[in-house]
Amino acid sequence: MNDMSAPPYKVVGTRPVRPDGVDKVTGKAVFGPDFAASGMLHGAVLRSPHPHARIRAIDTSKAAALPGVRAVVTGADFPTLESLTMALGESSGDVLDIARNCMALDKALYEGHAVAAVAATSTLIAREALQLIAVDYEVLPHVIGIEEAMAADAPVLHDTLFTKGLDATPDKPSNVATRFVMANGDVESALAGAAAVASGRFTTAPVHQGYIEPHACVASVNADGQTQIWASSQGAFMIRSLTATILGMPISDIRVTPLEIGGGFGGKTTVYLEPVAVLLSRKCGLPVRLVMTRDEVFRASGPAPGSVVDLRIGADKDGKLVAADIEFRNSAGAFPGSSVHATAMCSLACYRIANFRVTGWDVVSNMPSSAAYRAPGAPPVVFAVESALDEIAMQLGLDPIDLRLRNAVRPGDPGPMGMPHGPVALVECLEAAKAHPHWTAPLAPRHGRGVAAGFWPNYGGQSTATVSVAEDGTITVVTGSPDIGGSRASMAMMAAEVLGLPYEAVRCIVADTASIGFSMVTGGSRTTFATGKAVVEASEAVVATLRARAAAIWGIEDDAVTWQGGAAQAAGQEPLTIKAIAAKAGQSAGGTIAAEATVNPLDYAAGLAVHICDTEVDPETRQVRVARYTAVQDVGRAIHPSYVEGQMQGGAVQGIGWALNEGYVHDAGGRVANAGFLDYRMPVASDLPMIDTVMIEVPNPAHPFGVKGVGEAPIVPPLGAVANAVSRAAGVRLRDLPMSPDRVHAAIAAKG
Amino acid sequence: MSKVLIATKINGEAHEFACEPSASLLDALRDDLRLTGTKEGCGSGDCGACTVTLDGEMVCACLVLAPEVAGRQVGTVEGIAEDGALHPLQAKFLEHAALQCGFCTPGFLVAAKNLLDRNPDPSEHEVRFWLAGNLCRCTGYDKIVRAVLDAAAELRQERAGA
Repeated sequence: MNDMSAPPYKVVGTRPVRPDGVDKVTGKAVFGPDFAASGMLHGAVLRSPHPHARIRAIDTSKAAALPGVRAVVTGADFPTLESLTMALGESSGDVLDIARNCMALDKALYEGHAVAAVAATSTLIAREALQLIAVDYEVLPHVIGIEEAMAADAPVLHDTLFTKGLDATPDKPSNVATRFVMANGDVESALAGAAAVASGRFTTAPVHQGYIEPHACVASVNADGQTQIWASSQGAFMIRSLTATILGMPISDIRVTPLEIGGGFGGKTTVYLEPVAVLLSRKCGLPVRLVMTRDEVFRASGPAPGSVVDLRIGADKDGKLVAADIEFRNSAGAFPGSSVHATAMCSLACYRIANFRVTGWDVVSNMPSSAAYRAPGAPPVVFAVESALDEIAMQLGLDPIDLRLRNAVRPGDPGPMGMPHGPVALVECLEAAKAHPHWTAPLAPRHGRGVAAGFWPNYGGQSTATVSVAEDGTITVVTGSPDIGGSRASMAMMAAEVLGLPYEAVRCIVADTASIGFSMVTGGSRTTFATGKAVVEASEAVVATLRARAAAIWGIEDDAVTWQGGAAQAAGQEPLTIKAIAAKAGQSAGGTIAAEATVNPLDYAAGLAVHICDTEVDPETRQVRVARYTAVQDVGRAIHPSYVEGQMQGGAVQGIGWALNEGYVHDAGGRVANAGFLDYRMPVASDLPMIDTVMIEVPNPAHPFGVKGVGEAPIVPPLGAVANAVSRAAGVRLRDLPMSPDRVHAAIAAKG
Repeated sequence: MSKVLIATKINGEAHEFACEPSASLLDALRDDLRLTGTKEGCGSGDCGACTVTLDGEMVCACLVLAPEVAGRQVGTVEGIAEDGALHPLQAKFLEHAALQCGFCTPGFLVAAKNLLDRNPDPSEHEVRFWLAGNLCRCTGYDKIVRAVLDAAAELRQERAGA
């Protein structure tokens, strides 16, 4: 559904084949685990079998003596805590935690926490060597659940952790890292006067990002300290900065070459293996490869936090929301940092509510350190809020879309942090959902229909791009933003549009950290927006140069030359094509035609999404089936509509998995009981219907083509949309995710 | 343990490789033959990223011992395109944007080709159940299913015209 006033672009909005496509359908693309260096050794990581244990001693002598073993490292090989703190200064917290997460020092904080690593001439020998490492553990009491971890008598993970954000600094360490409060107005009075109030407790389980490619890297350290790393990640510069900082190396001594990335969803925005591989390589002088198994991915890489949310939301008799009181607790895993700010910010961002109090708690426990997962923090709390709105609609007898329309934020309304909302198009999304045939289609027996909305702020951030004109007038675009789902195509399309060239005349690659300026991770739905801006600015600079060259050839002023259809134009002159200008570049005083642009834009715009879901509850097994699904989203401008639809569909299905199937299960010993794809059940093709998409294009005026960012908003609504559908199908409110058959059965049985 | 020498045919070409008796076909393909198009997502037969054919039957290469392929025919993603020309399935995956990261794509292509070799006119339901052993975390499967159905239609048309 394109905006009728859309400008007549020639390339933007079309659906060409991505430049890396053929490599990826023929098996040629080199992903993280595919890269091999000459003389490479194979590494393996020893991981703690205990969820919480003090490491008294590690004896690696037998492992080191095994023929074929070339290097062994433990936490003691990392720079000391003190030296790192000095190097990092004030903002040391996160990187210290990341270092400790890469390898435990004095304590193992979760089952799967790395404690030692080996490099050997084969994977078999490396794994054999791990069994020869003797670790003397003092097993400590562990704690997994959020509320158990918050209890006064809970085993404490970090004796240096004192809760931040309380009125008075506590005198004892605890597992509560942070309290964050966001408040306005008089919540209690407003709730007391409300005609309808929905309240209750909602819970979600920790879930994994579930990328199919395990973490992998190869590191090679030379005698002079210069280091190369080949790895798949969401940011080669992120790997470079973190590895250098953790190991106390000059940043420019490390060159990171990005390999193709097999999914990330936020989970590849940090390092696990790279510093370990560098230490191993430094010890033996040979390249070392480390690859996680799927078991290691589940036990040692980032789940998204689980959550416990208590809320009360009230509305007047007309359905106008008057107050919301939300208290949520996020499980950060072994180290602090469960996106409490983003959780709070996204909780009520879709609606005008004068009185609110949102309190968030960041809680550590003996689980893998949580990592970003697509719209980190937003989906669980929005599930609770959207469930409550569904209850209010039922109490007041209102259509759930009408209730949301009555309260939806408009551009200029106060945003979650007080700043006014930008060009939000929630109203347009809700109206499109209401007008969609899905909303009014008859419901089959045992089916229920749910709707939910979601907000994600998106992001800008630093990006660099270069645009170069080859001798024949074709174009190379270089960025530092890993392509996680087709962004090379979008970059080439934006450059082609500016240059007035066909898409095929522009090729785009992702460069290593020595070949392009700093660029932040591909995350925060920022790449098409921010890196796209850099590509457009560099393309515009190239056009300016091309116009100047034509002006010089014609002997006229630059201003007298325009650029259209890939050629310089001026009154009374035959057009000069880019090919003709490029051919003369070598002879002209200006030489090569190329431009670089660096950006750090703050004028990004939020993404809004509304999803409709029909579910059927099996009367015997209580298995839930998604029967129909429609995703509506304001995408700003779809550069490549197929990949925008793909983001919407993929986000919806990850959300469906979160709602129905997925969740970490721990045994009584604090160990993950479902660390594999058989028992951690992600959606498969036979679980699902087609995912219909409706793209609303309300452009972001701060981007040359109106881009807003589309990757994360689509995972915000589905938890609520599915839960509302199941609750209406079952005739009882489902408050706990995943909505597994036993839980659905128990809820229906309790209703009587 | 000494290695064993295995003679097999991969994508129609004769190959010999030496491997540990306990090595998986997946390790042999990726490490010994450097055919890294076949991916390891789990190593336990749950994700389908290592789907290959063995004498025309679909298998997870991680669950087959490398010595088992002696004297047999192995088909991998590298053998789907012929003489540099994409198979209609590959072309339709690109046209429909049926891949985002592309890591699961080789497994899906081998599985989908195996389906179309048996059933030239599958329903959406049949496609979804045939591909249920292949995990994709990026796409939500919508565009993959459409690409397979569209490729099937094109192949039927090609055959009718032939």
